[in-house]
Amino acid sequence: MNGTIVTSPKLDATLPGSVNPIGRWLGQCLTLAEMELRKLRHDPTELLTRAIQPALWLLVFGEVFTRIHAIPTGDLRYMDFLAPGVLAQSVLFIAIFYGIAVIWERDLGLVHKLLVSPASRAALVLGKALSAGVRGLSQACIVYLLAWLLGVKMNWHPLALLGVAVTVLLGAAVFSTFSLIIACIVKTRERFMGIGQILTMPLFFASNAMYPIAIMPNWLKVIAHVNPLTYEVDAIRALMIQGGVTAYGVGADFSVLILALAALTTISARLYPNLAR
Amino acid sequence: MKVLEIAGLTRRFGNLTAVDGLNLTVAEGEIFGLLGPNGAGKTTVIKMLTTLLPPTAGTATVAGFDIRRQLAHVRASIGYVPQLISVDGALTGYENLLFFAKLYGVPRALRRSRIEEALNFAELREAAGRQVRNYSGGMVRRLELAMAMLHRPRVLFLDEPTVGLDPVARQAVWRQVRLLAREYGMTIFLTTHFMDEADILCGRVAILNLGRMAALGSPAELKRSIGHADATLDEVFAHFTGNSLETEHEWNYRDISQTRRNLARLG
Repeated sequence: MNGTIVTSPKLDATLPGSVNPIGRWLGQCLTLAEMELRKLRHDPTELLTRAIQPALWLLVFGEVFTRIHAIPTGDLRYMDFLAPGVLAQSVLFIAIFYGIAVIWERDLGLVHKLLVSPASRAALVLGKALSAGVRGLSQACIVYLLAWLLGVKMNWHPLALLGVAVTVLLGAAVFSTFSLIIACIVKTRERFMGIGQILTMPLFFASNAMYPIAIMPNWLKVIAHVNPLTYEVDAIRALMIQGGVTAYGVGADFSVLILALAALTTISARLYPNLAR
Repeated sequence: MKVLEIAGLTRRFGNLTAVDGLNLTVAEGEIFGLLGPNGAGKTTVIKMLTTLLPPTAGTATVAGFDIRRQLAHVRASIGYVPQLISVDGALTGYENLLFFAKLYGVPRALRRSRIEEALNFAELREAAGRQVRNYSGGMVRRLELAMAMLHRPRVLFLDEPTVGLDPVARQAVWRQVRLLAREYGMTIFLTTHFMDEADILCGRVAILNLGRMAALGSPAELKRSIGHADATLDEVFAHFTGNSLETEHEWNYRDISQTRRNLARLG
């Protein structure tokens, strides 16, 4: 304790306009992601438990369906086709339950404290999205390892790896922000669990994660084409494996994901303050 | 100088008027207590003053900034410790402090010394590297108060700062609150339903009942005003609210179960 008596404390919280606003904004996003990384470091066992689900999909589902050649995947072995889908799926499952974490933070009072801070609402939302991305990346490492062990022909080119990392970040950000919107609307854990289950499965099945869109009935094709997961999988499939092809072009995939993220961030930045009311 | 000026502040939720035309000014450096039974509107007042909830009518200025129009300026000028836990249990005490120092834009050059100072202040130097989920309830509260001083707010809002704490931990919190007012010149605005807390800590108190101000003054003045100077603040409270601590505005099941769950986590 310093002994000096201060009569009027001098503010040093950054007032609007006092520093470069974009730098401040990015700093706030990165701060949230940094704390997520620190949490992962404190509790790495979570990474292992999270690895079980993708391992089962690849080992059981993948091995069986590769053997029976039930799904037409052209020149690609089914396992090679599936690995990018499983990566996207495991990132989806992590991201979609981010809303639960936010509801938990709301029940505690942490959300209130964040909302009283001078950080911008959009920065708080995008910071959470980036946190989901951090977890998504840890998941990507695990799926890469599993896929490689199962003999999937991986594309190890540094630019391809970077592209997958960006896609994973974007995908996790899109679905965690979506999940945040739901959390802001339902506000309780019980209701969220129900809705989370209802949404996750259709998102997963109505996409190109496990089978090509070409074999779907027309009505499902329509849904698959508005599902951002389809574009995430498409980009990962083009970049993760040797001989991977893209249906829409990686540039288009990125554009769709970025647009979806911008729209969802705008909505959830607006709804986020509802959590404290 | 008035650091807090509340004029006709009102908040309605559907048919319920939670806060009804509140007028109040608080001077710089005061420790001010807002008393009232559960459901009197204390938390609603704090939520409006901290920009979490827009008022239905009326307004207030905090550190000279309007809570309806200058939200970002208000937020930069205040600290807030909500009723329950506002620290991240998965992070260490040090990391929680670092998180808020960064979020509040404490300049990089000051960050380290401020965090050191906050850890000393909270008497958590030894525990700084441990995850907060292993802290006792008293340690959590001390850490929260320390987090609120990192950015030197002019006004600090404390919502029920000692709820769920044992007597020793409560006294530690009181000591901290006094230090923040005396050493750092912060204005403290707190809510409580503990009469002893208001008596010991606050220079002035307002008693809120059903969303309206029922009485305002120093604890001694209020005691005199009901006719006998040796009254306890409890008796004053009963006099002005017309009943004991439990009123018709009972908490609902959800509030209670949530509070119990969180208190259980606090340990």
